[in-house]
This record gives sequence, C-alpha cells and structure tokens, in this order.
Amino acid sequence: MQDLLYFIQQLINGLTIGSTYALIAIGYTMVYGIIGMINFAHGEIYMIGAYTALIAITGLTALGIAWLPLILIVALICAMIVSSSMGWAVERVAYRPVRGKHRLIPLISAIGMSIFLQNYVHLAQGSRNIGFPALIEGGFRFGDPDSFQTSVSYIQILIFATTLVCMTALSLFISRSRIGRACRAVSQDLGMANLLGIDTNRIISATFVIGAALAAVAGLLLGMYYGSVDPLFGFIAGLKAFTAAVLGGIGSIPGAMLGGLILGVAESMTSGYLSGEYKDVVSFSLLILILLFKPTGLLGKPEVEKI
Amino acid sequence: MAAYNFKHALFSAIVTLIISYPILGFNLVSEGSSVVLKGADAFTVVGVFIAALVVFMFQLFRDSFMAMLGRLPALNPLANLPPMPQKKRLKVESILLTLMLIAALFWPFMASRGAVDLATLVLIYIMLALGLNVVVGLAGLLDLGYVAFYAVGAYTFALLSQYVGISFWLALPTGALLAALFGLVLGFPVLRLRGDYLAIVTLGFGEIIRILLNNMTNLTGGPNGIGGIPDPTLFGMEFGRRVKEEGNTSFHETFGIAYAGEHKVIFLYLIALVLAVITALIIRRLMRMPVGRAWEALREDEIASRSLGLSRTAVKLSAFTIGAFFAGFAGTVFASKQGFISPESFVFLESAIILAIVVLGGMGSQMGVILAAIAVTILPELAREFSEYRMLIFGAAMVLMMVWRPQGLLPMRRIHIELSPQRGDR
Repeated sequence: MQDLLYFIQQLINGLTIGSTYALIAIGYTMVYGIIGMINFAHGEIYMIGAYTALIAITGLTALGIAWLPLILIVALICAMIVSSSMGWAVERVAYRPVRGKHRLIPLISAIGMSIFLQNYVHLAQGSRNIGFPALIEGGFRFGDPDSFQTSVSYIQILIFATTLVCMTALSLFISRSRIGRACRAVSQDLGMANLLGIDTNRIISATFVIGAALAAVAGLLLGMYYGSVDPLFGFIAGLKAFTAAVLGGIGSIPGAMLGGLILGVAESMTSGYLSGEYKDVVSFSLLILILLFKPTGLLGKPEVEKI
Repeated sequence: MAAYNFKHALFSAIVTLIISYPILGFNLVSEGSSVVLKGADAFTVVGVFIAALVVFMFQLFRDSFMAMLGRLPALNPLANLPPMPQKKRLKVESILLTLMLIAALFWPFMASRGAVDLATLVLIYIMLALGLNVVVGLAGLLDLGYVAFYAVGAYTFALLSQYVGISFWLALPTGALLAALFGLVLGFPVLRLRGDYLAIVTLGFGEIIRILLNNMTNLTGGPNGIGGIPDPTLFGMEFGRRVKEEGNTSFHETFGIAYAGEHKVIFLYLIALVLAVITALIIRRLMRMPVGRAWEALREDEIASRSLGLSRTAVKLSAFTIGAFFAGFAGTVFASKQGFISPESFVFLESAIILAIVVLGGMGSQMGVILAAIAVTILPELAREFSEYRMLIFGAAMVLMMVWRPQGLLPMRRIHIELSPQRGDR
C-alpha cells in the first residue's frame, strides 16, 4: 500500500511536469513541422513569459487587487501578449532573413538569439533567482495520515486543467479554423501552399505566435509550481521540451503531448526511486535510446527518401 | 504601398514597446521574503520609447532607406575584384600563414604575461575549432555536444594525474585517444540519424557528460572540480621555483638564469602553438586524402556517394572520431594551462561558441576558422569595459552575421585543376 501510494505520488508529479513540457514542446514541434528548423530561442520565450507573469502578479498585488482568479487571468494574458510579440519579433529579425539557407545557418542564428534573450533578461532583471509568490496553497491528501500520504496540490490540478484546456483549444484551432487548415497545408508542402494563394509568411508568423503563447502559459504555471524564476530557467526547460518533441516524433502535435508526459513521468520516477541529480541523464538517455530504435520518434511519420 | 508601410511600421513599433517595456521598465527586487516592483529610471524608459520610434521610422521609410543603401558604394572594395587565380591565391595564403606563424613564434617574448596567457587560450580554441570543422564543415554532421570530448580530454589528464601521477606528455595522447574512443562509441549508433536528430543527440550527450562530472562527487570532485594539475615539463625540467618531483631538474637552474614566472606561461604557449600547427597540418593533409574527399562527397550528396561505394558509417565515423580526438588534445592543454578544472568550463555555451567560430570562419575553410577563433576569443577580452553586455553583444553578433554574411569570413574554396590556356589561343 505504501509503495503504491508513493508510486502514485511520483506519477502525479511526473504528469504535472510532463504536461507543461508538452505545452512548451508544441512550439518546437509546430515550427519544426513547418519550416524544419530547431527554434533554439523557444526556451527563452518561455522564460520571458514567466518573468512577465511575475511582474504582472507583483504589480497587481501592489495595486491592492486580491481576487485570485483576476490576478491569474490578467497575468496569463500579459504573459501571452509579451511572449507572442517576442515570438513574432524573433521570427522577423532572426529567422525570416535566413530562411531557406543552409541548415546550419538558422540554427546558429537561433542559438545567438537564445544567448541574446537570456542576457537581455539578465541585464534587465538581474541574475539572481526571484521568488514567485505562493498564490495557491494546499491540496488534497489521500492515505493513512500516520504514514506516507499521496498529495495532489491545487496547483497541480490547475496545471492539469489549464494544459487540458489549451491542448483542446489548440486541436480545435488546428483542425477547424482557417489559419489552422492553412498551417497544415503549409507543413505538408510550403511551396505548393504558396502557389495556391496561402500567405505562407503570415502562417509561419502565426506558428511562432501560437507556440510562444503556449510557452507563456507554461511559464506562468511552472513559475508558480517551482516558486522561483531566473534568466537561465528557460534553457534547461527548453532542452527538455525539445527532447519531448523529438521523443514523440517532431512535427506531430499529439506526439509532443505524448512525449512531454512520458518525459515528465520518467523524470519524476528517477528522482523518486534513484536520485534527483540523475533525472536529466535519464531523460537524455531515453531520448538517445528512442532515436536509436525508432528514429522518427513515437508518433512521427517515417520520411521516405526520394532520389 | 504607403498605407501598408504605415500599418506595418505602427505594428512593429507597438511590438517593440510590448517586448521591451515590461521587461526593462519594471524591475523585480527581492526584499526579504517578498518581491516588490520598482519602476526603472527615466533613462531606460526614454530609451525604450526612442527604440520604438526608431523602429517606426525605419519601417515607414524602409523602401527609400534600402534604395539609398543600395546606391552607396560597396563598403568592401575587395568585393568587386575578380577572384584570384588558384595558384596565386595559394601562394598568397601560404605567405600569409608563414608570416602569421613567425609572428606567433616571437609574440610571447614581447607581450605581457596576460597577453601570452590569452594567446594560449586562442590556440586552444583554434585546435577545438579545427577539430569541429572536420565534423561540421567537412563532413556536414551537426555536433552540438562537442564540448563533451573536450571535457573528456581535460578530465582524463586531471584524474590520471591525481590518481596515477601521469605527466603531461603521457596524458596528451591518452586524453586524445580516450576522447576519440568516446567519439567512436557514441558515433557508432547515432550516425545513422538525420542531421537534426544527430544535433539533439549530441547535445544530450554533452549534457549527460557534464551532469555526470557534476554528480560523481567522489571521483571528480563534483562542482568543486579538480585542482593541482601538473604543468608540462621540458625533458624533465620543471618550470616551478622548486622541483616537485624527484629526478626532475628545474629549468632556471639548468640554464643558470633567474627564476621568472613567465617562463612557464611562454613554454605552455609554445606547446599550444606547436600542437595547433600539428592539428592544422594533419587536418590539411586529411582534407586532400581520399577520406577527406569522401567526407565532402557524403556531405554534398549522401545517396550518390553511397551508390558509388562509399561506406556511410565508416566515413562519418572517421570524421566524428578525428574531431573528438583533437578536442581531447585541446582539453589536455586546457587542463594543464588552468591547473584546475570543473564542469563549469564545459557547458553548452562553450559548444555554441566553438560552433559559432566554425560558421563565422566559413565552414570547411581552415584559414577562416583560424581567423574567426582569434576574433571570437580576443574581441570579448578587448570589450572588458562592457563586460556586462558581452554576451548580449555576442548573441546579437551571431544573429547579424548569419543574416548578412552566412557564408562566413573566408568561405571554403575547393582545390580545382585549372586548364592552362594553350599557345594557339593567345
């Protein structure tokens, strides 16, 4: 019973982290699906989202607003606006001029952008980590109060619920809306979509904006969950999310969700049963193993090489 | 068109405000356990608005501005010259290289100690960049975890000197070979992967090595690193004031000169110089050998090369292993130069910098890579006053370089055979 409760606890923690990885991974996978480049600066956009949310929360609290839902919604909207604008600007400045060049060129440009944004926030807000106020406390507990209890905090429930809403909205958007349909067309064949009258530049911008908005949601949620932010906070999370995207099959949106969840669970199981220090080793090893045996990821489509 | 320009300019200006004002205009300050928000000083706020105004004006008059730029005479007067014939170019290049080498040989005896130390670092980066140039520039394999092999070389020396008492000269081949072995073992399974997957796997591998070094505290000292790495000796002569190991003599006593701390720095610099030259020569040779041609062929067209009988795995693996070998080389020199290493020296940023050197120099071009290594290492040191803004400028420079000159400073030019004009044609 004890062991089972402990296992369930790890599972819940893993799914919480995993669902936020999935939110960030969507940005990687959509961009990769459409223009085939790794958007290295995506982790930084997520970090900027977290900072903006924190600024909004602090500002609203200072103004004397105490109604929690209002604070959260305003912070979320602010974070999404700033992050999406950042996503749009980054694409415009660093990626559009180098689109279609040798594979390495956009990648280097993206790495440069990532370094730039990291230091931009570092200079503006200092390098020390800043505490996120604990807005939501408490949670449900299960099990014998005398020994180990499985607990589900309200934040974890909020993270699940928000992720679920975002994912559903994204799926509907991609499958039903005009822009979503255009996105799918562009990811299948950019040149052809262009010939058929789709403004591909706008669709690519839209992809970056959507990815950045979801990353901002993840920024707010993970900032509250971890309780602090710092300028380097985006890099490792971005790396994990990218791993999740590759794990699930890059270019596939359901794949990103699946990959995020698997990665989150694998990590929390490692910290629960082995040691927290090795969780990154396990997630990267998992990535290498998956790529060795199924190079296109779990849900990716195999690419047929044509001569 | 004008209406579109106006709308676009307004939109761009608003986006500029949105991405800069919240982050720059409000500062989060921790006060005790709580966080308070402080408005930035007026200077920053005005700066943000001026930036938005500049973006607005630029976008509004973009067309005429670009036309004006086009009318300006070319900034680079060399750009319009016809390319030099190959023979002449090779001659100019070899003369330049010889001059550089002579200057490099005399440099330490004229410069200050700090400058020589920096020059040693430049040489280490040259070795690293030349090695990565084989992997990325010639073979076209995107390696984002190159720093892992550098770490293997450095830690091999550090650990072996700590536990076995190995000397620099023995550690040099050992570290390089061990790094090459790591490259071989990692490369064997992953080289089947396509470009971007390879990039992410190597990135993951680099992180794994760093985390392991950080956490295997009882072996590697964890984040505290390993210190007391011995300096290289010259035929059993040590460069310290006192001889540490039995059987060795000290340099200044043998030659009967006064002890000076500079001797050691200069000696290390000369070792690094010789090793960098050896690296450059070996790779130059390899580039012209069948294996070098095979790297490029596979990079250009994998299917065609395979159908002509090249073994994909063998060719890629050779490039990967040779790249790793030279990283191990550089790592050993680095460990010896610092005397102390910790996982902090082997972060992803380091891989990104080496990759940036290769791309800035012009992928595949040795001359370009060497110049880029010098520039990338020295420029941040010169900009010490702006040290806060150093990495910010570095990131921006990477982006701008890719936008304006993606082929690098000196793009690689393939050696080709020129037909000499026949007598009758003249």
